[in-house]
Amino acid sequence: MANAVKWTIKENPTATIALAGNPNSGKTTLFNAITGSRQHVGNYPGITVERKEGTINLKDVKVKLIDLPGTYSLSAYSDEELVARNFLVNEKPDIVVDIVDATMLERHLYLAIQFFEIGIPVVLALNMMDDAKKQGLIIDTEKLSKLLNCPVVETVARSGRGKGHLIRTAVQHARDHGKTWKPLEISYGAEIDLVLDNMTEIIEERQFMTDRYPARWIALKYLENDSEIIRYGKLNGEVAEQLEAIAQKTKEHCLKTLKVLPEAIISDYRYGLINSILKQDIVIQEKSRQKRIDVTTKLDTFLVNRYIGPILMIAILYGMFQITFTAGEIPMGWLESLFGWISATATALITEGLLQSLVVSGIIDGVGGVMGFVPLIAIMFLMISFLEDSGYMARVAYMLDRVLRIFGLHGYSAMPFIISGGIAGGCAVPGVMATRTLRSPKEKLATLLTAPFMPCGAKLPVFMLLVAAFFTEYKAQMMFSITLFAWIMALLVAKFVRSTVIKGESTPFIMELPPYRLPTVRGVFIHTWERTWQYIKKAGTVILAVSILLWAAMTFPSLPTQQINQYELERQAVLGSTQAMTEQQQALLEINNREGQAALRYSLAGKIGTSLEPLSQLAGFDWRTNIALVGGFAAKEVIVSTFGTAYSLGDVDPEAAGTLSTRIAVDPSWNKFTALAMIVFVLLYAPCVVTVVAIAKESSWGWATFATLFNTTLGFGMAVIIYQIGTKLFM
Amino acid sequence: MPKPLRQFISGEKAIVTAVTADGEVGRRLRDMGLSPGTEIKILGRAPLKDPVSIRLRNYTLTLRNSEADFIMVEKVGK
Repeated sequence: MANAVKWTIKENPTATIALAGNPNSGKTTLFNAITGSRQHVGNYPGITVERKEGTINLKDVKVKLIDLPGTYSLSAYSDEELVARNFLVNEKPDIVVDIVDATMLERHLYLAIQFFEIGIPVVLALNMMDDAKKQGLIIDTEKLSKLLNCPVVETVARSGRGKGHLIRTAVQHARDHGKTWKPLEISYGAEIDLVLDNMTEIIEERQFMTDRYPARWIALKYLENDSEIIRYGKLNGEVAEQLEAIAQKTKEHCLKTLKVLPEAIISDYRYGLINSILKQDIVIQEKSRQKRIDVTTKLDTFLVNRYIGPILMIAILYGMFQITFTAGEIPMGWLESLFGWISATATALITEGLLQSLVVSGIIDGVGGVMGFVPLIAIMFLMISFLEDSGYMARVAYMLDRVLRIFGLHGYSAMPFIISGGIAGGCAVPGVMATRTLRSPKEKLATLLTAPFMPCGAKLPVFMLLVAAFFTEYKAQMMFSITLFAWIMALLVAKFVRSTVIKGESTPFIMELPPYRLPTVRGVFIHTWERTWQYIKKAGTVILAVSILLWAAMTFPSLPTQQINQYELERQAVLGSTQAMTEQQQALLEINNREGQAALRYSLAGKIGTSLEPLSQLAGFDWRTNIALVGGFAAKEVIVSTFGTAYSLGDVDPEAAGTLSTRIAVDPSWNKFTALAMIVFVLLYAPCVVTVVAIAKESSWGWATFATLFNTTLGFGMAVIIYQIGTKLFM
Repeated sequence: MPKPLRQFISGEKAIVTAVTADGEVGRRLRDMGLSPGTEIKILGRAPLKDPVSIRLRNYTLTLRNSEADFIMVEKVGK
């Protein structure tokens, strides 16, 4: 039957296949194996659940493959479940391929049963057959297929084994069944069945939502107290009230006689059905058993051990960042040279003047500064994807949940914090995007608002600069304290917002610890590439625009001609003197610097910086610092480079902040407490524009604005306190 | 005599007799396979004694003690 695909219906040459399955069932791996790179990632409208699509061309048919979000059930418990269910109902795919982990049939079939209940044609993919064999499980696929009354195909997603057979079977099955849905009528016990029959009759008679859902399924959802169906039903006439009343009466009756809810009874019968099927010798356990599970439990005795676990966790995460920075240096160097070369070429090609200045100082330096971080970000994403796909990330959430809960957060908040720079050197943009795993909007919001406090890779050069200038003898301790301080602030602010503006109960923590698996190279790379590309795209567009704006603000209005002529005269005087070449050069450089600084002060940015001075002086920041900090709102990378320009050192490479730091160290307007105030302010103040956009996307523009204003106020308040107390008491 | 899961320690085995939570938590627990008659084994607890990790239906599940309170289990074996 596998090779007999002849799709001749001309009006519908495309088959739509939805891939469904539990999280960790290997669904995405299988999707990647089938579609390769021909996939498209987007979001479902209105929510941040990823929607992945891919197409493949078979002999006579083009197959559209949709990777539904991983779900344990089809209730309306989470966005993912709702998305999966609504997709089936609204877009009516030709077929659902339900991917189940062959080693956990008992639990994974629970979702399959729910597909049968709604009636959509299903093909079951028995995935992880290699693991099942390793564990000594022998599965009677043919018998399972007969008992479930649907095709069952064995697959190994990692190697791609069985994928061709699976797709052909699915297309064939879709053709056999057309678009007809045949809901499976399961018995949920005499009492529930009687009520269901009664309700089904009413629903059919009144045609209540039957254009969308099967009648008995609607009745079932009412008994299961499904919030989405009940809400939707209310919009569809007074039958809803009647059904709700019946459901309520049944609930009371069940509670009185059996002390359980109808939804519990229904669920028990589903498991009962699964057990009755599996009991018929579907799965036979061989003697030499559970090899891989042994590996997982063995690893877990260390990795989630109450005492060793946390130490290993810190070591693993620390190692991750260590590798990122060591390995990232090399390609970052390449990119730096590349942008240096582009910059030199542009300087040579374009005649000196405003256009050259715009292209070189504005566009190439601005965008180049951010693009330089791409290798770092990519390597970090690679590590994170690896940790996620291997199953370790779930363990981190498990170990940290209790601590984070104290502050109104959730075990799932750990990753966004770490990605944002929790061990110094992340990036808040992917960190903010990682909050998607948080189901509760309140805990997600608290995480979103506080993750940007972490010392991301772009803030680090600022800290290194200031620490080198004022705290040389305590370098390591200072960097460690900054990270620690960031965590404390994030947790305290989370606690604060969770007990004021986003008050509310904590959401349950019920999470699977998946077996450890070696991630597939393809999976990790696809994952990494998706995230890196998002970073490049967002950073590229926003940074480009802001770079041009900043350049313009720091260039216009230019100095009056009279003053320019003045500097020119000075230069001529030096050139005309009898000094040695090196001394001449020195003098020229000094004049250029002075001119640059005067021009900067005269520019729009200079004027803004100066106008902010009365306020910023409270924290010890002068007008030049202000320009850098305002520029840092666009991207924190800008702070050091703007700082350099403002301190008239010309182009300052953020990595080599050495000369700038000595300059600042001797500048009379700077002292230890100015530096401390600046460090704290940079750590806490408004997230960069790209992060703000990401926050808005994950929550709303209101919250993004809140984050910007609140964080800036908090940062400034802390900076003022540090500067005032410090200078008053110790100087 | 069934007791809440919270009172069990690492290594103990038990059988679920009832899941008393309703609403979201109840649904989620049932979705994860905690139904009456299910055999479970307590694997261990996180550094601050919460959450707890248990093994059932050939996989590992973690939940907080506050959720474990809803799961009534009866001890089996040694």
